[in-house]
Amino acid sequence: MPDRQAVIDRKDLGALFTLLADEGYQTIGPKPYDGAIVYAPISSPEELPKGIGDEEEGGHYRLTQRGDAKLFGHTKPVQGLKAHLYPARQKLWSAEKAGHGFRVVKDAAPQPRYAFIGVRACELSAMLVQDRVFEGGPYVDKGYAERRKNCLIVLVTCDHAGNACFCASQGTGPDASEGYDLKLAEVVDGSRHVFVTEAGSDKGRAILSKLSKQDAADGDVKAAAANLEAAAKGQKRAMIAGVAELLAAKLESPHWEDVAKRCMSCGNCTMVCPTCFCSTMEDATDLSGLKAERTRKWDSCFSIDYSYIHGGPVRNTAGARYRQWMTHKLSHWVEQFGVSGCVGCGRCIIWCPVGIDITAEAKAILKGA
Amino acid sequence: MSAREKPRLGVFKFSSCDGCQLSLLDCELELLAVTDAVEIAYFLEATRKDMKGPFDVVLVEGSITTPHEAELIRQIRKSSKVLITIGACATSGGIQALRNFADVNGFLDIVYARPDYIETLDTATPIADHVQVDFELRGCPINKYQLLEVLNAFLNKRKPNIQNYAECIECKQRGTVCVMVAKGVACLGPVTQAGCGGLCPASHRGCFGCFGPMETPNTTALADRFLNELGQDKGTVLRAFRSFNANAPAFREESLKHE
Ligand code: SF4
Ligand code: SF4
Ligand code: SF4
Ligand code: SF4
Repeated sequence: MPDRQAVIDRKDLGALFTLLADEGYQTIGPKPYDGAIVYAPISSPEELPKGIGDEEEGGHYRLTQRGDAKLFGHTKPVQGLKAHLYPARQKLWSAEKAGHGFRVVKDAAPQPRYAFIGVRACELSAMLVQDRVFEGGPYVDKGYAERRKNCLIVLVTCDHAGNACFCASQGTGPDASEGYDLKLAEVVDGSRHVFVTEAGSDKGRAILSKLSKQDAADGDVKAAAANLEAAAKGQKRAMIAGVAELLAAKLESPHWEDVAKRCMSCGNCTMVCPTCFCSTMEDATDLSGLKAERTRKWDSCFSIDYSYIHGGPVRNTAGARYRQWMTHKLSHWVEQFGVSGCVGCGRCIIWCPVGIDITAEAKAILKGA
Repeated sequence: MSAREKPRLGVFKFSSCDGCQLSLLDCELELLAVTDAVEIAYFLEATRKDMKGPFDVVLVEGSITTPHEAELIRQIRKSSKVLITIGACATSGGIQALRNFADVNGFLDIVYARPDYIETLDTATPIADHVQVDFELRGCPINKYQLLEVLNAFLNKRKPNIQNYAECIECKQRGTVCVMVAKGVACLGPVTQAGCGGLCPASHRGCFGCFGPMETPNTTALADRFLNELGQDKGTVLRAFRSFNANAPAFREESLKHE
């Protein structure tokens, strides 16, 4: 049974930020920046994108004015929280020359403690997917595991879906039933501006107990439910059913070469995808050759080096690279990790400079069957 | 290490603006480490010492535009163990390769009072068209950290960490909001090799293609986007592909389609 719902008034939301900061969290939330909403360090609700919405399509994104006071009236930010939990560049260790060999120096810096505010259901689903990737097998990524264990998640449910969203068809949103510490649904009705709040963990309950709140009114709960329903029903895109089996059977489809004409192998889709995790190792020395360092950097299945083995790259054509990306996300990810690698956030569609749409490509492959 | 054991470095210039070799002087703090690691045997921008080869490592800036240069680069190659070309001029021909699309005599008549004194080639071409090159470092100008990385890698006998993928990957790693998607600004990032660190998009401008074509450039898909979605005309698309790396094969072929 979920906990009984309470509401936090808009004017009391600042206390949540203060409390989290007092407990040693670095608060990260959505913020307008350079014509988009991004996740960034924020210290109060005043920095949230008040009254700002977002307009999205394949290869297109603009901020809009909503004409209300909502703080979370946008959808998912440009890049996911992957950039915090699994940074684009991570120094793994360094080494110093010692005699004829070398000595490894471990980097012992403590991992940050993030409180993520305004996390959407698709984002949380993506974290649960990456948990399986980095912590699910016998070899746990210790840095990720520690950052993940340290973090606190304040989920916010969506009041509408963006044009590129398709979480409903992936079963990954717009509502979430587990994995968050607090869940907020923002309700604005005339001068009433409240957050219907629920705790989803002991950490969340402890925080909620220290915040000033009232019992939710019937109208609040109904409005929150209606918003969520609008977000689910209003989705303009959907992933076709049975896509995992379909793609597994279509590895030789002529459609891959059709995508190859449009796809630039630029890697934007993999960079913005909140579940993509491919990386490369970079070993570097200093000029004297006395010190060395190993860094892990995001890479992409669209790069040639990524599939380079003795004798050359395995994926030589743009069609082969796009096929790798799409079939991994939607098909063999399921065999590998037990879930789909796509949470339907639509980021790859929006931030593809030529607007290639993973839902439309899936449909085209189905039609060509 | 005693001075005698240090590898000998030569820095040579052909048709170019000097900007790339100046990146070496621009290394400031790291420059001391460089001079610790190598003996600068020839580098006119830094020292009047004019030592003869052989050289262990040679950095070559500029493109080949005269018969004299074509001969000189062969001599330098003969006296160098490792030859690294730096910058758009040396790796693709540079901005002066615009002459490759026109009749060079037309320029001579406009620019020089006595064109008959000028001995020049019809084209500006990269060093690799004339001699074997061990590594090409792109950029207009090059990125000084990449230059240090390449020198460092050759001195320590390892592979340089230089990526050939699209500029977009660096741009996203930096957390820049895409100017093409969020502002409708034409950007060459998807077809340009990474290396600058994402300078232009981070300053709200589209990528100009300074680092030349990336490893698998689909210029046609990008040009279609410029024409059909971003409202550019053929002339603008032609000029986008015909700048510092106009003579790089992928950019040259694309610009020719829009003549
Ligand atoms: S594949 Fe696209 S829609 Fe799916 S999770 Fe990744 S970015 Fe989102
Ligand atoms: S994909 Fe779903 S959860 Fe994510 S922003 Fe869109 S509606 Fe919200
Ligand atoms: S699908 Fe789009 S974003 Fe992804 S590599 Fe191709 S062109 Fe780039
Ligand atoms: S701004 Fe340019 S370089 Fe950056 S992601 Fe967009 S298209 Fe690529």
